[in-house]
Amino acid sequence: MLRREDVAHVARLARLTLSDEELDLFTDQLAQVLEHASDVAALDLEGVEATAHPFGLVNVVRADEPQPSLDRDEVLAMAPDVEDGRFAVPRILGEDQ
Amino acid sequence: MTLPDGWEMVVGLEVHTELKTRTKMFCGCRNEFGAPPNTHVCPVCLGLPGSLPVLNERAVELAMAIGLALHCTIAPSTFHRKNYFYPDMPKDFQISQYDRPINANGYLDLIDHSRVGIERAHLEEDTGKSTHLGGSGRLHGADRSLVDYNRSGVPLVEIVSAPDIRSSAQARAYASELRAILIATGASDGRMEEGSMRVDANVSVRRAGQPYGTRCEIKNLNSLRSLQRAIDYEAERQVALVESGEVVRQETRHWDEARGVTATMRVKEEADDYRYFREPDLVDLAPDASWVQRVRSGLGPLPAERRAALLARVGEVSEAQRDAVATVIDAGRDEVVRGAIDRGVDPALALARAANELESEGPAVSVDAFAETLLMEQRGELSATQSKAVLAALAQEGGDPHAIAAQRGFERLSSNSLGATLDEVIDQHPDEWRRYRDGDDKLAQFFVGLVMKATRGQADGKAVIAELAARRG
Repeated sequence: MLRREDVAHVARLARLTLSDEELDLFTDQLAQVLEHASDVAALDLEGVEATAHPFGLVNVVRADEPQPSLDRDEVLAMAPDVEDGRFAVPRILGEDQ
Repeated sequence: MTLPDGWEMVVGLEVHTELKTRTKMFCGCRNEFGAPPNTHVCPVCLGLPGSLPVLNERAVELAMAIGLALHCTIAPSTFHRKNYFYPDMPKDFQISQYDRPINANGYLDLIDHSRVGIERAHLEEDTGKSTHLGGSGRLHGADRSLVDYNRSGVPLVEIVSAPDIRSSAQARAYASELRAILIATGASDGRMEEGSMRVDANVSVRRAGQPYGTRCEIKNLNSLRSLQRAIDYEAERQVALVESGEVVRQETRHWDEARGVTATMRVKEEADDYRYFREPDLVDLAPDASWVQRVRSGLGPLPAERRAALLARVGEVSEAQRDAVATVIDAGRDEVVRGAIDRGVDPALALARAANELESEGPAVSVDAFAETLLMEQRGELSATQSKAVLAALAQEGGDPHAIAAQRGFERLSSNSLGATLDEVIDQHPDEWRRYRDGDDKLAQFFVGLVMKATRGQADGKAVIAELAARRG
């Protein structure tokens, strides 16, 4: 059974701030989704390989040949802020000082 | 360093190595260290919506080469997304291999004949590089991090050892041997200071015969020396904690090289928090036997074998020569040394000159040219200084050693003209000469220096000293 604190935990990992009402609402909705998924578990899947991809392809690779990269000005125009040719973001705390 | 009686450390290492490909793991942007920031980026490595990754064939082959060199089993493998938020990872997930890595269950034999198990060596992508600005004295830009995405998506192999290591010296020997293998297979340049090889250490302690203790992961180990110091510090810290009745908390710790301590960086996230799931944009990677065989047949002899072959020619080596052996193996110059010894060059001279005088980005110096130069030196036709200059020229432009020596006017002074030069020098410095004659041997170098200057380096230092000694009587 999905618990309210599980939803709060997942929300925190996804950097979502949820109100108490939203937590109740999503706990209920996610529980229904999981219940639906659990219907699959009721099927007899003995001997059926897990499928992660609809295509039966393996080893799709490309040659190690350089392709042109983007223009830097175009790239940095997408940044929230720029300094020294780099993306400037709020300081990350507690890491690699 | 030794832990208090009855204690032992248990260490496992995680080594990340950047692969020496031309392009990134999943896009055609160049994999190049030191380019201007954000010039090797595209929609794939910037994580823009709608972009799709395509796997680099060369990265797969280098990963297999590493796996084969470490006696791993190459198995069908899959890619997963490891989800977390960090500005240097623009997709908000890292593509990695999780429960089915390409290489598993190998081992590495160290120089001291101990064996360390390899649990896995899997493919993943590197993150961008962030630089943190200090928060003081800046109006604008305080408390910010700057991100360069040139490194984002560069192919990595993460090599995870079993917790088989029992001392910091063994950890260092492991990292050193692994580095030699990465260089020998062409997978990496092994430069720890540039971050192309990064080592994290998982350290725990236990009383002999007890189950494993709680481990801490140590990061920011930028040299083999830091690795060894950090492990010793951390093991001692944990023993002290447990002996004083406290517990070791599982966490990631940061090695502070200047202070010589480890400090808490973050409390370890649960593996579940990364919410690994299969990368839907990539299909399975399942190298068949013929692909594996192709990579295997491209592998040259590994460092251990080459080292043994080299030592068989050089014979007993001193502590200092051991470093020269490692340098020569890493630089791939062992064949040149062996060839020179076969042609009659003194083994110690061949080893020293190959280790110290052949640094070059250019073409490798041929065995013939190398051996011929050292034979001239041995015959006394070149002084040590001149021999080194010829080797430097060979390493830069190549060519014929005799021609280079002739072109630079490296012809030995006859003993007559050496004597004449020495007479002149002595005449000009009567006080020093008197002191030398009265037994002040240090002044010999003073006269050698003056003779060298007068002859523009063409005199042989040993011959000058012999001449001086003869005159003193």
